[in-house]
Amino acid sequence: MKRLAWIFPAALLTVAAIAFAQNDPAPVAAKPRAFTGARIFPVSGPVIEDGVLVVSGGRITAVGARASVTIPGDAEVVDCKGKVIMPGLVCTHSHIGAPSGGDMSAPIQPEARVLDSIDIRDNTLARARAGGLTTVNIMPGSGHLISGQTVYLKLRDGRTIEELALKNDDGSLAGGLKMANGTNSIREAPFPGTRGKSAALVRQQFLKARDYQRKIAAAAGDATKLPDRDLGLETLVQVLEGRRVVHHHTHRADDILTVLRLKEEFGFKCVLHHVSDAWKVADEIAAAGVGCSIINLDSPGGKLEARDIDWRNGAELEKRGVITAVHTDDPICDSRWFLRSAALSVRGGMSREKAIESVTLAGARLLGLEQRLGSLEAGKDADFILLNGDPLSNYTRVEQTWADGAKVFDLTRPEDQLMAEGGPGAGSSRLTNTCCFSK
Amino acid sequence: MTRALIFLLFASAAQAQLAIKAKTLYPMTGDLAPWQDAVVLCGPDGKIQRVGPAAETPVPDGWKVVEAEVAMPGIIDARTAVGLTGLLNWEQRDQEQFENSAPVQPELRAVDAYNGRDPLVQWVRELGVTTMHTGHAAGELVSGQTMILKTNIVSITKPEDVLNAFAGVAVTLGSEGFAKGGKAPGTRAKSVAMLRAELIKAREYQDKLERAEADKKPDRDLHLEALGAVLKKEAPLIITADRHQDIAAALRLQTEFGFKLVLDSAAEAYQLLEPIKAAGIPVLVHPLMARPAGDREHLTFTLPAKLHAAGIPFAFQSGYEAYVPKTRVVLFEAGMAAAHGLAKEQALAALSIRPAEILGLAARLGSLAAGKDADLALYDGDPLETTTHCTGVIIDGKVVSQERR
Repeated sequence: MKRLAWIFPAALLTVAAIAFAQNDPAPVAAKPRAFTGARIFPVSGPVIEDGVLVVSGGRITAVGARASVTIPGDAEVVDCKGKVIMPGLVCTHSHIGAPSGGDMSAPIQPEARVLDSIDIRDNTLARARAGGLTTVNIMPGSGHLISGQTVYLKLRDGRTIEELALKNDDGSLAGGLKMANGTNSIREAPFPGTRGKSAALVRQQFLKARDYQRKIAAAAGDATKLPDRDLGLETLVQVLEGRRVVHHHTHRADDILTVLRLKEEFGFKCVLHHVSDAWKVADEIAAAGVGCSIINLDSPGGKLEARDIDWRNGAELEKRGVITAVHTDDPICDSRWFLRSAALSVRGGMSREKAIESVTLAGARLLGLEQRLGSLEAGKDADFILLNGDPLSNYTRVEQTWADGAKVFDLTRPEDQLMAEGGPGAGSSRLTNTCCFSK
Repeated sequence: MTRALIFLLFASAAQAQLAIKAKTLYPMTGDLAPWQDAVVLCGPDGKIQRVGPAAETPVPDGWKVVEAEVAMPGIIDARTAVGLTGLLNWEQRDQEQFENSAPVQPELRAVDAYNGRDPLVQWVRELGVTTMHTGHAAGELVSGQTMILKTNIVSITKPEDVLNAFAGVAVTLGSEGFAKGGKAPGTRAKSVAMLRAELIKAREYQDKLERAEADKKPDRDLHLEALGAVLKKEAPLIITADRHQDIAAALRLQTEFGFKLVLDSAAEAYQLLEPIKAAGIPVLVHPLMARPAGDREHLTFTLPAKLHAAGIPFAFQSGYEAYVPKTRVVLFEAGMAAAHGLAKEQALAALSIRPAEILGLAARLGSLAAGKDADLALYDGDPLETTTHCTGVIIDGKVVSQERR
């Protein structure tokens, strides 16, 4: 505990008959649906009063003011007067689904895939849908220099992790690489004991990966000349070639600069995570051209290196044009309060527009998914949420969450309301208090 | 001449009396309805002189005027460990919220552990918290005592620095109170058995004290004295109980020993509304944003609305959790309740007059009325909106913060 590793909800393994928190079957509608009359935040453009959103086949086919959108004749029309529609929320840093990465045997384990550990039936996924999340970057913890590969999930209904996983253009599963510096990854041997050693270990490993990359290039496709496969080095080569983004946990100003130095040396793509001291080195962050995935906490501290974390981070980064997302780090901040995290940035001086972007399109950009999601535009995935008020108001509730054109959360369904508000079983990984053999 | 002028300036600064002008004022009196365009006059004694509509309440010449969109009574955090637990979460430096050398230590006083200079105290003060019921946290079967003080007190040097030096004894039923490493208590039944044994011992000690001749009194025992004070109803037992069976155990103990009971956290109180109501027990509701894990896994954000509907008195607390955020902010917890079925005025009441009533301080704190302590929190909008800022904090008629938080 005092090592300050993230806390994961304990897995409950005692229940023989597992109750699936299954949503109603919500197949992708054969015919289009038109959501009319809502105040629409497309995020990619100005707010639309009395807007219309048309979705079909899991994609958005039209969005705009009522007068400018032709509703297809066969569309099911859903009256959303008095409601707000905005893109499904994108969380760039989450630990839902009881994930794990590397173990305690070594500080550098890029070969560990979080995808092999995720329990997609864990209630944390249902609770995230209740918070309006449709896309998440699920990360292993921050107790390693390199703790493993992250995975980007769409929170659609599905029976396997593969059905939820987002894919790159080449068909591989989309995700990044989790790294960390500062005190979380400083531990007893074989972990580093100092910051200097931490950076040295990482540099040495990337140099190895460069050698490995050179050997592969030198083989020029000749299988007999290829080096033995090394899952860890393969992953780092993806990073060196810009095919895998580094998601780097970092808090203190000097640790942030260490990340930027490594990025400069090895030329990888990088997103800074948490970035407690961002306001102190915002100029350097902007100059490095990296994006930030920040967190807003109700009080600062918890450890020395986070003593100066500040709600102004979003505003200071916005001033300098840094792409800035905010994240839940669920269970650090519950996914159901995700919009509240954006509101805390506004409390700290960020503009409303950028704050709303920070939980949608900015997150999509940092995950390289902005062509597909993060805003309401024709051609993008039909990921959106229906709210009963302003997205940044404390009193607003998420009423519905739609992913790929299918409803995955509806506050009027009792089983969904339970996940949204809490109650018997809602905080467990499964509903542990119901019997038996079915739901 | 010059000297006289300086003296006059100094004298007027020292005695500068304070008027708060608010566009919306929540006096938290009567029907809890807000007033529009109201003035609070704070006298030189730190008490409220008068509260009234701006049109009928002229501000005397020379008074300092602070304006605010919204003003309400200074917030009372009904249960926290802030000042014992500190911002850095650093063992042996700022973590004094429980002592794990023994499971039952009612003799531990909060006044001896409190650090009013910890930045966490400043943090909650600048968000509008003016009074805290703080002390030993849930985490041991009997973790120690609690106290009540204002958030402008940085060092406790005289009795009047605290409002109540012995506000209760903190008990934890359920898994949070289990000892580590195979030590007792390790189960619920053992926890209750140990607690009953301690209370019986304390009762016997009390009986001996009362019956014995003056020269045959038993030796003083701080441990049994503290529990004896609870049995004499000088301070409540504050029992942290989240699971319904732990809440039921707390009610059972109260029936057996007749102490004053305050239920703390009480995540599953929604399962036992009728017996809690029948026993007349107040509830200090867990932070709604506390992680739904461990004994709190069945918590619901609708608990405050359900307690209100059932007529059970309750107040909000920031509580204690081991990890970040190092403290919840009671103001934000009230906001979460208001987003889940509790009327806004009731949510504000559970930050002010309700905790004052539960903690026995309603004659001094919790509402804005003549004669009460001039403690106020000022905001630039609805205090419960996340995007609103706290713009000023007043304790005993003195501005203690004008930060925009």
